[in-house]
Amino acid sequence: MTNPRTITLSEREAQKKLKRLTRRGFLAGGIAAAAGIGGYKWLTSGGEIGGRTWQERAVLNANGAISEAYFSDSRLARTFRPDQIGFQKANGGYGLDDDDELKTWKLTFDPGIAGVSPLTLQLADVQSLPQQKMITNFCCIEGWNVITQWTGVRLADFLRKYLPTGHSLPPYVYMATPDEEYYVGLDRKSAVHPQTLLAWEMNNQPLTSEHGAPLRLVIPVKYGIKNIKRIGTIRLTDKRPADYWAENGYDWFSGL
Amino acid sequence: MEDSSQTLRLKHLLAIRWFHWVNFPLLSMMIWSGLLIYWAYSPYHIGSFHFFPDWFVNLLNLKFHLAQGMAIHFVFMWLFIANGILYVSYTLLSGEWRMLVPRSGKAFRDAFHVLLHDLHLRKEAPPQDKYNAAQQIAYTGIILMGVGSFLTGLAVYKPVQMGWLAALFGGYAGARLVHFMLTLGYVGFFAIHIQQVVLAGWNNFRSMVIGYEVVTQHD
Repeated sequence: MTNPRTITLSEREAQKKLKRLTRRGFLAGGIAAAAGIGGYKWLTSGGEIGGRTWQERAVLNANGAISEAYFSDSRLARTFRPDQIGFQKANGGYGLDDDDELKTWKLTFDPGIAGVSPLTLQLADVQSLPQQKMITNFCCIEGWNVITQWTGVRLADFLRKYLPTGHSLPPYVYMATPDEEYYVGLDRKSAVHPQTLLAWEMNNQPLTSEHGAPLRLVIPVKYGIKNIKRIGTIRLTDKRPADYWAENGYDWFSGL
Repeated sequence: MEDSSQTLRLKHLLAIRWFHWVNFPLLSMMIWSGLLIYWAYSPYHIGSFHFFPDWFVNLLNLKFHLAQGMAIHFVFMWLFIANGILYVSYTLLSGEWRMLVPRSGKAFRDAFHVLLHDLHLRKEAPPQDKYNAAQQIAYTGIILMGVGSFLTGLAVYKPVQMGWLAALFGGYAGARLVHFMLTLGYVGFFAIHIQQVVLAGWNNFRSMVIGYEVVTQHD
């Protein structure tokens, strides 16, 4: 059924036809508008998962799954010259309240394998791996970005060294501050990206407490929220780990 | 003796009307959620005018809704993009694009004459088909802007995985700025569009809802 291009009628008939079309058109528009408002109400009023309705969360997770599928660790974050380094402000102090922790700090590495007890490591154990320096863009989820230099070792190297032989990496990595006040979950591909570092220096200076001393994660393929400071625990796991900001309304994947 | 007759002409096809009206709330949602995101880091200004003044931020309740803004933006992006792709595909398949795209280099001169005519500085409007040259440039330009928003959006969303795309816009911060400027462009388009619709009158507006317009004598 196609509508005729032109309709010529007597003026009376034309006006009648016009009235009928108008009534029908605006009625359809009204119904469509009501349906749209209803759809929006439905989207924004479901049961909550991590501070989002389950519908919003389902879309964020689907977007994350697409992002993860597309992710390739051969795509590197752009690197910069030293003169392009900017000022890195200290944003987010969760899990950094007690500086006394620094005196007794150690790193617990739990490979998440039944019957294998977690390792307790010192900073020197981490620093024994091949050292990397890189100048990358740090992107905060708020929208700002700052070019920063980091010194550390690849998380991939760390995992290769400390994962018990004969075991392969499970799909997820969990990291938490010593007091577990702040914690992040990472997918395996992002975790073993060659620019994902366990870092102890920022802009050639040892990390200050507010920037995550003695050891923090630097992961340029994620928003700043995943770059956890003062790592106390690293745990490998088969289940998608809890993540502080994903429990507070944000996307779990948060990849760049 | 014949009764005086009247002709109704189908101006806007049903699908085009739906795409148009569906786009309106979708783009509005994208802009609103974009403002919620922008509030969290709002560095842009022209001279001493900062985007956005406090009264505007308070009026739209933009503060502290970053997570909500991101969720809404990343849900509605799918609908907004889908509607845009369907619209463009439809205009191509139906041949309607011939009416919408400026077809010759003359278009810019004609559009200028339309502008002069609208400003009452020129008596005759240049000859036109369904849309005049100024409309063709506006309606084609807005689609190109949509493509730009999609590309800059993708660059801001995935600046590492889409690093080449971000580089095209001068990097992450550059892409974010262009994304923002395009949004200002939509708001400007909207303001002129509404003004033109008001000036064109009821017969024209109604045709965007019901499809038909009453043919007036000088057609």
